[in-house]
Formats: sequence, structure tokens, C-alpha cells
Amino acid sequence: MTPGFRHLRLALSLGLGALCLLSLSVGAYEVPAAGLLSDPMGLLVLSVSRLPRTLAAVLSGAALAVAGVVMQQIARNRFVEPSTTGTPESAALGLLAVTLLAPGAPVWVKMAVAAVSALLGTALFVALIRRLPPREVFLVPLAGLILSGVIGAVVTWIAWEADLMQLVGTWLMSGEFSGVIAGRYELLWIAAAAAALAWVAADRFAILGLGPEAATGLGLNPDAVMRLGLVVVSVVTAMVVVSVGMIPFVGLVVPNIVARLMGDNLRRTLAPTALGGGALVLGSDLVGRLVVYPFEIPAGTILGVTGAAIFLWLLWSKPRHVA
Amino acid sequence: MIDVAEVSCRIHGTEILAPATLRIPDGQITALIGPNGAGKSTLLRLIGRIAPLQSGRVSIDGLDLAGTASDRLARQMAFLGQSTALASRLRVGELVAFGRWPHCHGRPGPDDRAAVAAALAEFGLVGLAGRFMDELSGGQAQRAHLAMAAAQDTPWLLLDEPMNNLDLAHARTLMEALARRRAQGGSALVVLHDLNFAAGWADRVVAMKAGRIHAEGTPDEVLTSDILSDLYDTPIEVGRHRGRPLVLHHM
Repeated sequence: MTPGFRHLRLALSLGLGALCLLSLSVGAYEVPAAGLLSDPMGLLVLSVSRLPRTLAAVLSGAALAVAGVVMQQIARNRFVEPSTTGTPESAALGLLAVTLLAPGAPVWVKMAVAAVSALLGTALFVALIRRLPPREVFLVPLAGLILSGVIGAVVTWIAWEADLMQLVGTWLMSGEFSGVIAGRYELLWIAAAAAALAWVAADRFAILGLGPEAATGLGLNPDAVMRLGLVVVSVVTAMVVVSVGMIPFVGLVVPNIVARLMGDNLRRTLAPTALGGGALVLGSDLVGRLVVYPFEIPAGTILGVTGAAIFLWLLWSKPRHVA
Repeated sequence: MIDVAEVSCRIHGTEILAPATLRIPDGQITALIGPNGAGKSTLLRLIGRIAPLQSGRVSIDGLDLAGTASDRLARQMAFLGQSTALASRLRVGELVAFGRWPHCHGRPGPDDRAAVAAALAEFGLVGLAGRFMDELSGGQAQRAHLAMAAAQDTPWLLLDEPMNNLDLAHARTLMEALARRRAQGGSALVVLHDLNFAAGWADRVVAMKAGRIHAEGTPDEVLTSDILSDLYDTPIEVGRHRGRPLVLHHM
């Protein structure tokens, strides 16, 4: 482990810790740092609202960043993430179907349907890009955007007909944490567990990134690793879509920055990627809470602007080593 | 020994490889030669189970390809294909270390580290181990992929045009590395375009043309003016130098 790498991880951990403390202290109710234990209202605000909100932002950011890397290894393309491959739209389509066909279904059934339909949509994307010429790097994200557009249009049309546009909006367009309270964010732990699964299989995903030929030569079954990756991406995305709404750019920006600094040896880079994702989303949520205080701007909106700017910068600025 | 029995390949109804039967002895370097589109890579990929077998049987040192776990086969043979372009950003040392995956599954021990260090040294990469692959020249990158295959430390090496991007000195280093492995009982099946490398180092030569095995035997038997001129449809002379064939194609 190089010193530079250790410094990066330390800096990310400290930064995330500081953001967490800030997130716990920012809000309309002033939670006293001293004498907290003798302030029942303060404890209530902390345990029911602030802590869940902070955890929700960190968990969804970390899981989305990891899902982004996994998606990029599956597609062997730097410029994709779940939100540009039709995954959230597919999850929303599944949720819409349950809402219309079995409105009384328990929550876990809705989750399962969302995850499975996200899986089918993402698998369709992977099947689609396998037919593209491998050298055309930008065709892959383009195909993803088109697929997202098509599935999204189907979702919008059904929602329009069924008068459910508002519901779809909370899934696909909000990415906000203002409604998060204890009892309404815990699904994100499932997203985190799926991301942890990616860490267990980190070497397999890294080898998949070498290409199907090299992976087969090393005794791996590329299709099996790809299926595992699709599960990770779909579960993470579906849980985030359901809990807080899709958050764009995290899965694109964080893995690209980490890869530029540290490369793609996932065994080493997944932890910094998760820390970076958590910090980025929590930071965006904090910015959204502070700029028009005491009102709020959704973290997804903040990220839509800053994430796009960072990504443009990543596209334009050539890495040092490229002459 | 690699035993190929009635193996063929069709893609979209076109026959790429006519049913081929072939025995490749172990402890030797076998060169696979022939014009573009002869089916050399296809045969190598079928033997390396990179492409699925459509018909026939292949066994390697008694392990039937169809009935053996891919992970086990990865400890018997290492495969290096032509499409080595990386989408991910890895350091040279990290790439070579992935060659140990079949042995350590991500938990490298002292043996694994020693094998990686030896492979890096063998291909002159010690000073480059910490560099990212996308910072290297084509030849350096090719050497890193060769080192990865070497680190896999398998009885068999299957290499598809391994001289791609290599300069003359490094091409020669590669053939010497194969010869060193042969001295320790290792075997190699190598697709070669430069016939003089086959003449200089191979024990056996298999010549392919239009999806069929055209000729096979020792370099002396196969690398003749008649066979080569017929194989490539262009006049080729063969002289001799230090007791080995010397292929001359600039006449």
C-alpha cells in the first residue's frame, strides 16, 4: 500500500466524519452539543431525524458509487453508471406495475419486484452493448441513454394514464433526504449489503474488466461474474429509487476520479470509492440544506448541477500521463 | 499432450475450421503458422476453451476440456490472445499478479509473490511494475501481458501472435523464455507469423491454410520452399543456416 493511497483514504475518512458531524448539527432545531443527554427533544430530533438522514445520505452515496464501478467493469466502459443504463427507469416500471396490479402488496414484494425489473432492464442494456463494435467507446453510454429514454417514456406514459406522475417523480427525479426519518430509510442497508457483496467479489470484477478472453483464461466464468454484477447494480439502484429517489452522477463521477488517482484494482479502490460516494451525497445534501436555510433544495438537484460540472471537467481535462 | 479430435468451427454457417485432428506433444514448442484467415487463432481459442467447442473433443494432459472445471484448466494452461486492450486502469504489477488468480483466488502467499516477481524480471518489467498500463508503449504492454501468462505458471502456454508490438530483441527474449520453460518440461503452442522464429526455436510446426491443417512435422519437414510457397501462395525460398531452415522472402 503506497503512502499516497493511505493519505487519500485517511483524508476521505476524516472528511466524511466531519460531514457527518455537520449533518447531525444542522437543522431548524438547535441540538446542543453539551448537555445533549438532558435534552429529550434534542435526542429525539437526533435519533428520529438527523441520524437517519445522515445515514441515508452516506449509505445511498456509497452504494451508488460502488454500483457505478461495477457497472463500468461489466460494460468495460468508463462513461456509464446505473442512471444512464435504464436501471432506475426499469425499477420504476416494476414499482408502477405493482402499484397498479397489486396495490395491497407488502413492502418487501414491491422491493423485490423493483429489484427484479431493474435487473431485467440492466440485462437488456448489457445484451444491447454486446452487439456494438468494441472500439466505439461513446456508443455504449449513448445506447444506455437511449434505452433509459425509451423505458422512461413507457413509465411516464403509464403513470400519466393512471394519474401517478407524482409518484414516479419521487422515484426518478427527486433524490432528496428531507423526508427521511427513522423507519423510512432502512432499505438502504440492503443497498449497502449489495455493495458489500461487490467488495467480496472485487477481484472477480477487476478480472472481468480485463475482458472476457482474459477472464476465461484465468478460469472465471465471465457470464456468472456479470450476473453477480447485475444483481449488485439492480439491488442498489432499486433500493435507492424506492427510499430517496434516484441520485444522478455519483456512480459516474466518484469512480472516475478514484480510477484516475489510484487505478482500477478494485480490491484497493472500492473502499475509497464508497467513502467518496458517501461524502459527495452527504455534502450535496448539506449544501441543499444550507443555501436557502431554513428551506431545502434536494441533494439530487445539487448533484445534477455539480455532478454534471465535475463530469464535464473529467471529460475535458486529459489525465497527466496522456501525452 | 494436447489431443485434438475432430474439432471444427462454423460461424453463421461458414466453415472457419474443418474437422481437425492433431496431437501436440508436451515438453516441446509447437509453432502454428499459416496465412491470415487460415483458422490458427480459432484452433488456439478452441483448445484454450476461450471459444466454446461446437464439435469434437479436446483433452490437455488427460483433462477433457468439456468435463473439467475452467478453474482447474487455468492451472494447466495459460492463454494470451490478440485482443489485449484494457478498459480498466491497472498497474503493471497488478496485472501480472492477476495471473496468480487460479492459484490463490485473491489471497497471494509467498509463492504467488515470488512467481509475480520472477515473471516481471523475466520480461524486463521490474522498473515498470508501478507504472499504469496506459502509460506504456505497445511493446511494453505486450510484455506485461506475457508476464501475466508466465506468472500463471502452467505446464502449457497458448500464445496468439505474441510478437505483436515486440522489437527484435524482446521477441528473441520471449522465445528464449519459452526455451527455458521447455528445459524444465514446459510446453508451448504459439501462433507465429515470423517463420524464422519457428525455424529457430520450434520443435514442431503445424501449417494451416483455409481452415485445414496443411502440413505438420519438424521445422525441417514443414519449412520447405514447396510447402511454404504453396501455403502462402507466393514464392518463398528456404536456405539453411547453422543446421536450421532460413526462410527468405525478399527474393
